[in-house]
Amino acid sequence: MTAALLFWLAGSGLIGLAVYGLIVNPHPLCKLLALNLLGSGVFLLFGVIARRGAAAGLGGDPVPQALVITGIVVAFSATAIAVGLLLRLHGEAGVASIDEEDDAP
Amino acid sequence: MPLEALPVTDSTAGGALLVLAIVMPAVALVALLGLGGRGARTIVAAALLVQLLVAARVALLVAGTQAPLVYVVGGFHPPLGITLRADGISALMMVVSAVILAAAAAFAWKDFAQPRGKPEARLSLIFWSALLAMTSALNLLFTSTDLFNLYVGLELLTFAAIPVVAIKGGAETVRAALRYLLFAVFGSMLYLLGIVLIYGAYGTLATAEIAAHVTPNAATLAAAGFVTVGLLAKTALFPFHLWLPPAHAGAPAAGSAVLSALVVKGSLFLLMRLWFDTFPTLRAPDDMQLLALLGALAVIIGSITALRQQRLKLLVAYSTVAQIGYMFFVFTLVPTDAGDVIAGTAWTGAWLQVVAHAFAKAGMFLAAGLVAEILGHDRIRELGGLSAKAPLVVLAFAISGLSLMGLPPSGGFSAKFMLLVAALAEGHWLWAIVIIAGGVLAGAYVFGVLSRMMAAPAAGVELATVGRGRQLIALGLALVALLMGLLPLSPIAFLTIGRLP
Repeated sequence: MTAALLFWLAGSGLIGLAVYGLIVNPHPLCKLLALNLLGSGVFLLFGVIARRGAAAGLGGDPVPQALVITGIVVAFSATAIAVGLLLRLHGEAGVASIDEEDDAP
Repeated sequence: MPLEALPVTDSTAGGALLVLAIVMPAVALVALLGLGGRGARTIVAAALLVQLLVAARVALLVAGTQAPLVYVVGGFHPPLGITLRADGISALMMVVSAVILAAAAAFAWKDFAQPRGKPEARLSLIFWSALLAMTSALNLLFTSTDLFNLYVGLELLTFAAIPVVAIKGGAETVRAALRYLLFAVFGSMLYLLGIVLIYGAYGTLATAEIAAHVTPNAATLAAAGFVTVGLLAKTALFPFHLWLPPAHAGAPAAGSAVLSALVVKGSLFLLMRLWFDTFPTLRAPDDMQLLALLGALAVIIGSITALRQQRLKLLVAYSTVAQIGYMFFVFTLVPTDAGDVIAGTAWTGAWLQVVAHAFAKAGMFLAAGLVAEILGHDRIRELGGLSAKAPLVVLAFAISGLSLMGLPPSGGFSAKFMLLVAALAEGHWLWAIVIIAGGVLAGAYVFGVLSRMMAAPAAGVELATVGRGRQLIALGLALVALLMGLLPLSPIAFLTIGRLP
């Protein structure tokens, strides 16, 4: 088993776990963590692709590495916004749940 | 696997306009943050006016040369660099978004003012900067030809839309924004997963190069699947529609108008760009039936849920869920092997539906916002007295509704008629039935609201007065949707400029 294959399997496993967690866990904080796990899995696959593309004597294909930095920044910003909204929701409603339906008439 | 080189395309005359369309709102945004909220409205107004001129110029250039505008950023050709490219549909969407953003800004002019002598309100600064960010992100989505660059545009659009949803505060809207964000991030992660598979298989992210080499192998099909599901989550197609109604109903009226008219179209545009221009040969008719089926379910379930709503803004938001469904018929109705006329009819019908819905829904959300302002609530049961107090608002709502129902003459009629003709010509009678049923259901919910608006006012209800200017903006947007019905019912050549054969 090559290192690339190992990382490929690990990345796919993370994605699978994350989607499972996203579906079964009702709490928004858990969903947010699952999304971050999903992101980590995808970013790992970027690393694998970069390694696999290292045919021209380079240590790795630089393009996926550049992409993954942008991806991490985006995921970080999304997490920051979500945590901000979550805190605000907790402050306003007392609970941080997205399950309650609109109970207004 | 080494790729054979494609013919290199250089920047065309006027290509720099595309850079201006993307960068100028971003620069204005930085100026907004630097100069603070006092001059916010002036900066936004100037930026959106320039945007209108740029979009009109791009459309005229594309129409004049019958060829797409191209700009190779920094002179670096793909696969190293990124090429911006505006074909017919990009130019169309740039114009539509510039007009609707300008109308929304004019509508929100007073609501998000910064009066002198009072402490600066953060909310209005947030609203205006979100509007500029959306302008930039939409133009990037409409013109970029690099899959990762498109991802960045998609994310910018989401991050600009979230604050607009949450801007009113209150647990309900914050919850809606959070749910929207979770769906959107899930969608973008799946999109990114698809991108990495495509890069692994083809070694490039430029759409034209992928289109030239695409083969239906396992990696490509999996990538197409991930990208599609991710974008469906962002477009709020059934069954991913749950986030949309509370999010769009909770935003301020001008925000709802932009969200429903433009923001959901951003990811839809990307989806069409992918299936028609990036992997055109993967578009197997039987697989595309699945997208049409989801679209059909969206039409039926969205319309029925809209009928059952008790709040006007939620009704309008559910109607968006239904109207988005129509646009997904294009994936099966533009087959790779059908005659040009039928495929062209379906293609034109789908884009007319995108544009007519954008104008009608923007007009309808603005009208709904005015209704809420006049009555102090938006409960459909208690809309009585509106037609006497504010006939223009009722008229704007009615004309927008005409286009949503698909009654002639309106853009919605032309769009749905052309989709219907294509569906019947290709033997998809099931989709034809759905198109007609969706119109009937839309009629039911629009007329239901209108009859309440025409009723006598309940005793002891005080109705507020709203400015005539804002009523005219809502009416103007609705009238654009109406006047689109005067277009000839035949394929429009402009929409095929610059597309792959």
